[in-house]
Amino acid sequence: MSSTYIATAGEEDTKVKKGPKKGKPESERSKAENTLGRNLVLPAIIVMLLVTAFPMLRALYLSLFSYSLTAPEDREFVGLSNYVTALSDPLFWRDTGVTVLYMVVTVAVELVIGFIFAMVMHRVIFARGIIRTSILIPYGIITVVSGFAWQFAFSYQNGFVNSWIPGLDTTFNWFAESTPAIVAIMVSEIWKTTPFMSLLLLAGLAQVSEDMIEAAKVDGATWWQRLWKVILPNMRAAIMVAVLFRALDAYRIFDNIFVMTAGAVGTESISFLTYRQTIEQFQLGIGSALSVLLFLSVLLIAYLIVKLFKVDLAAARQEG
Amino acid sequence: MRNNASTRVGTVIGAILILIWCLLPVAWIISLSFKSQTAITNGSPGFFPADGDGAGWQNYQDVLANDQFRRAIFNSIGISLIATLLSVIIATLAAYAIARLDFPGKKLVLTMALAIAMFPVVSLVGPLFDMWRTIGLYDTWPGLIIPYMSFTLPLAIWTLSAFFREIPWELEQAAQVDGATSWQAFRKVIVPLAAPGVFTAAILTFFFAWNDFVFGISLTSTERARPIPAALSFFVGADPFNRPASLLAAGAVVSTIPIIIIVLIFQRKIVAGLTSGAVKG
Repeated sequence: MSSTYIATAGEEDTKVKKGPKKGKPESERSKAENTLGRNLVLPAIIVMLLVTAFPMLRALYLSLFSYSLTAPEDREFVGLSNYVTALSDPLFWRDTGVTVLYMVVTVAVELVIGFIFAMVMHRVIFARGIIRTSILIPYGIITVVSGFAWQFAFSYQNGFVNSWIPGLDTTFNWFAESTPAIVAIMVSEIWKTTPFMSLLLLAGLAQVSEDMIEAAKVDGATWWQRLWKVILPNMRAAIMVAVLFRALDAYRIFDNIFVMTAGAVGTESISFLTYRQTIEQFQLGIGSALSVLLFLSVLLIAYLIVKLFKVDLAAARQEG
Repeated sequence: MRNNASTRVGTVIGAILILIWCLLPVAWIISLSFKSQTAITNGSPGFFPADGDGAGWQNYQDVLANDQFRRAIFNSIGISLIATLLSVIIATLAAYAIARLDFPGKKLVLTMALAIAMFPVVSLVGPLFDMWRTIGLYDTWPGLIIPYMSFTLPLAIWTLSAFFREIPWELEQAAQVDGATSWQAFRKVIVPLAAPGVFTAAILTFFFAWNDFVFGISLTSTERARPIPAALSFFVGADPFNRPASLLAAGAVVSTIPIIIIVLIFQRKIVAGLTSGAVKG
């Protein structure tokens, strides 16, 4: 590794001596720079593509076959019929609906709580270190552990949640029905990922100029007006990044469901369905079709969020 | 911002709420790990260990005496450390090129990294499962290290290139003018400046690898390579409604200790890394 560094450091020498990057570079030097740049990023590109692009293409290919690992020699080309099977199955749409529900609710709640946390962390003068340290603990904890912790907390046999919520029957079983089970899963998801959201928002908050807020205050804006007209519009980049990252992450929800309900009582997400088909039932054909559909839906969500956010923000600014 | 009384009270309440939010579930899992196993089987609602006749260190002794658990901890530490090391080396090279050199395809690398960071992991495990079995990587350390590298590289590259862009590289020149050799200039000037960024990337990479569950359960079948999150979920068989909760809680606490130590020591670096990678980009 060190030898690479010496070489690159030497390369830099000549470059800096000859002046700024943007000034017309000699063709030979710029060619050398191109080669060096390409060589340095090549390992990263290879490793990234090896485990993403290549398997994804393979999934695309396998999705056109009827292919089960329990009977691999019966592999047979079936065209798009796996997609037809998946898309005409009500289970697929149910799971997609549940997944969207997880995504929308958790991201919305996290955005609100995360923003409050970010405001507090931004202003707090005492115990800064302690607060930032503790907020990293949920972030760092294994999702599986978070899932267990909350599953046991909600358990009526050994948990404490039932006895802490006033007016709730202590024998209430959270995991017997769809809605409470989904709520429990969401609680675990929200607990674990709100810190990440709040740190991203904190970084955005730090970029809002205090002078501007002060000026709004002098002009008589209320706290609420300052929040909506000054602070939020000025941190839209940070909010957008946080929402995008978290929404796509939430759409892939898997760990908490696996640990807390194993997909029972209608808590299954689309990731879990895909996993069940491929890894548990060895149905690589239909599983690959589901993989491709999952991939496409993530792309669609990314696109929608980018679009929606632009529209939303433009509208917000016209108002102000 | 002016500190009037109500803002200050609000901030204090908010700070307390943050602490409760973050620490209550942790306190709960620790508390649970001290409940006795018989109390768990009979049902022992309540927050404190005394609600389930305190078991002392019994659960911890049982967990640490369990061969599968010890092996899983060993696997997780080994796999996560190797993946972190390799990922950071490769990411450092790429980030250096992105931050310092002008070459076509620079944008492409960053875009690709971003796209991969958002990739639905589960959609890959099917084909990977198939491929790994064909080429003999299934249920081995490299079989997990490779996917961990692919999925941590994006974060590492973004974080590192944000850091590298801030480094005043002219200092290296200045040191050489003052008579340092290029190796000395690199080692004494650039390395200390770049180290915090590399370090941050390493911590975030390690967190990802330590936390991963999807690859961990899909690409392993025995204790040969099974990492700790997967081992925890398989600890007690398939029935998710009747688990030896206190034993599992002890295992969960043990597996969280490394994370807590890292967080306690490197709090500042982690916060800086998370935010620089994502926002400054």
